[in-house]
Amino acid sequence: MDKPVNNRAWFLVLPVLLLVAFSAVLPLMTVVNYSVQDTFGGNQFFWAGLDWFEEVLESDRIRAALGRQILFSAIILAIEIPLGIFVALNMPKKGIWASFCLVLMALPLLIPWNVVGTIWQVFGRVDIGLLGHTLKQLGINYNYVNDAIDAWITVIVMDVWHWTSLVALLCYAGLQSIPDAYYQAARIDQASRWKVFRYIELPKMQGVLLIAVLLRFMDSFMIYTEPFVVTGGGPGNATTFLSIDLVKMAVGQFDLGPAAAFSLIYFLVILLISFVFYTVMTKEAK
Amino acid sequence: MTRITLENLAHSYLPRPSHDDDWALKPMNLTWEDGGAYALLGASGCGKSTLLNIISGLLVPSSGRILFNDRDVTGLPTAERNIAQVFQFPVVYDTMSVRENLAFPLKNRGMPADQIAARVDEVARMIGMTAVLDHRARRLTADSKQKISLGRGMVRQDVNAILFDEPLTVIDPHMKWELRTQLKDLHRRFGHTMIYVTHDQTEALTFADQVVVMHDGRVVQSGTPQALFDAPEHTFVGYFIGSPGMNLLDAQIDGATAHIAGAQIGLAHGYAPLSGKVQLGIRPEFLRLGSGTEGLPFTIHRIEDVGHHRIIRGKVGDADMNVILPEAQEIPADASRIVPDPGRAHIYVDDWRVDPPARERAA
Repeated sequence: MDKPVNNRAWFLVLPVLLLVAFSAVLPLMTVVNYSVQDTFGGNQFFWAGLDWFEEVLESDRIRAALGRQILFSAIILAIEIPLGIFVALNMPKKGIWASFCLVLMALPLLIPWNVVGTIWQVFGRVDIGLLGHTLKQLGINYNYVNDAIDAWITVIVMDVWHWTSLVALLCYAGLQSIPDAYYQAARIDQASRWKVFRYIELPKMQGVLLIAVLLRFMDSFMIYTEPFVVTGGGPGNATTFLSIDLVKMAVGQFDLGPAAAFSLIYFLVILLISFVFYTVMTKEAK
Repeated sequence: MTRITLENLAHSYLPRPSHDDDWALKPMNLTWEDGGAYALLGASGCGKSTLLNIISGLLVPSSGRILFNDRDVTGLPTAERNIAQVFQFPVVYDTMSVRENLAFPLKNRGMPADQIAARVDEVARMIGMTAVLDHRARRLTADSKQKISLGRGMVRQDVNAILFDEPLTVIDPHMKWELRTQLKDLHRRFGHTMIYVTHDQTEALTFADQVVVMHDGRVVQSGTPQALFDAPEHTFVGYFIGSPGMNLLDAQIDGATAHIAGAQIGLAHGYAPLSGKVQLGIRPEFLRLGSGTEGLPFTIHRIEDVGHHRIIRGKVGDADMNVILPEAQEIPADASRIVPDPGRAHIYVDDWRVDPPARERAA
């Protein structure tokens, strides 16, 4: 069947195009504008070409932040995805306890980012924090303020506490959509618990898992507020992730050109890695 | 191969059933003989699937026992009962190929690989899927998927019984006929006990040697298709089997005479005085049109020609009445009466058939 071709139909897309232009493209273009020019205030701009991009790509400071960022996201995904699946598998399927668990799981998601940071900042303090003080009393040498490993552990545990619920809830929704007949057939076929997971639950969760992985990757890759509140990027630069570094550069040092180039590269890296995840995870489905 | 016995079996989905309606299955005793082809027939929600799931062990009954031969399996899990079951909607393992799907139950039982391969090939031929054995199961159409489910049900040769829960619902009509014939054929060749749940009487009557009719959580009759047609034990059987079903008329019985809608007709047997809701049941096949004062007053409303016979729909008094006439037979212009064949009429009290000789003996 031939599809009718009518180029005037493009006019129907125009309103959306305008909307996207104002909400996304134009702001992005101002960043592009800054990234290829130098400015000294008073709205004087000088053409800088790709200098800022070269500077950013060659900067050891930014490379180190990128390395920390990749490590952080990798750890977050490696913990939160399996843990979320595990929690979802063990949540009650119906009844009052199912509702109870759902509410309980949703609670961390409802707390504002900076409040989460503050909670853990206080919780982990050695002098007054419940966690920090208890650990100290137990004779464990824990101090996130001056120990880089402790700072990392604190930030990771905080993120796991904050966001595993999201993965669990998504997986739970995926599991709930599996008809009972699948489980019954598996029992008839004498499939082990592992095989039920491997051949029924995991394939049926694939769609939601893709969303969970993408959301958790993008979010953890852009993390700012919580580590900023807890450690302020320290000790030293130990927990200075990309966005913290970017803010330091743009707002702290007012290096608008390099910061703009940094932003664009940052954006492209997220886009690229998300694309890779998407391609790999949907390829299996075909 | 196993004889399956249900002893005082009852089930309720509620934790503390008190009322009669709380029971999805009312207490029943039933034996499924080894190697029988059974159909479990009934309207939706009558408890067929519940009964099937209890036999396969997916549900544990609230009370009563299930015996496989003489072994009590009531508390045994599905895996230990060695039963195959095919569900109403196709269940395939999406990420596996058709071949892996068919091999799955055998692999789980630890069968050697060469035997699995041979068996899978055989079953694939049976369900006509040899050509697509290495395709991914998820891309197939619904009826191909259901054929895989059927194949998985039949792949184990040593099962105690194969249970089918309305397995052909999603299959195209012409494929239905073919698959049903194949199932029947398999039954003849391998002699598995098969229980086939359906709400379609044609499916039940063509598949089974024995049809078990359920209504409202009860087994109301179990018998050959012929017995269900000739002597329905319950008005539901009369109404559910046959097309159209049995006609039921409120009657007063006085010995061997029935008083219906102001007229009287003679019966083949005498009855002792009956109390309760008394009805006379007669199948549309055993009625003839008449005139004058014979039989019962009848008004014709509509005539449907369904090819090799005609269905005449009308009323006796306030009650609906259907008559089946052979195609060749004329409808007389003055047809205002209807004459039942007394030998084919049954008397029902509160929906259950009254056996006249037994009553006579009792009296």
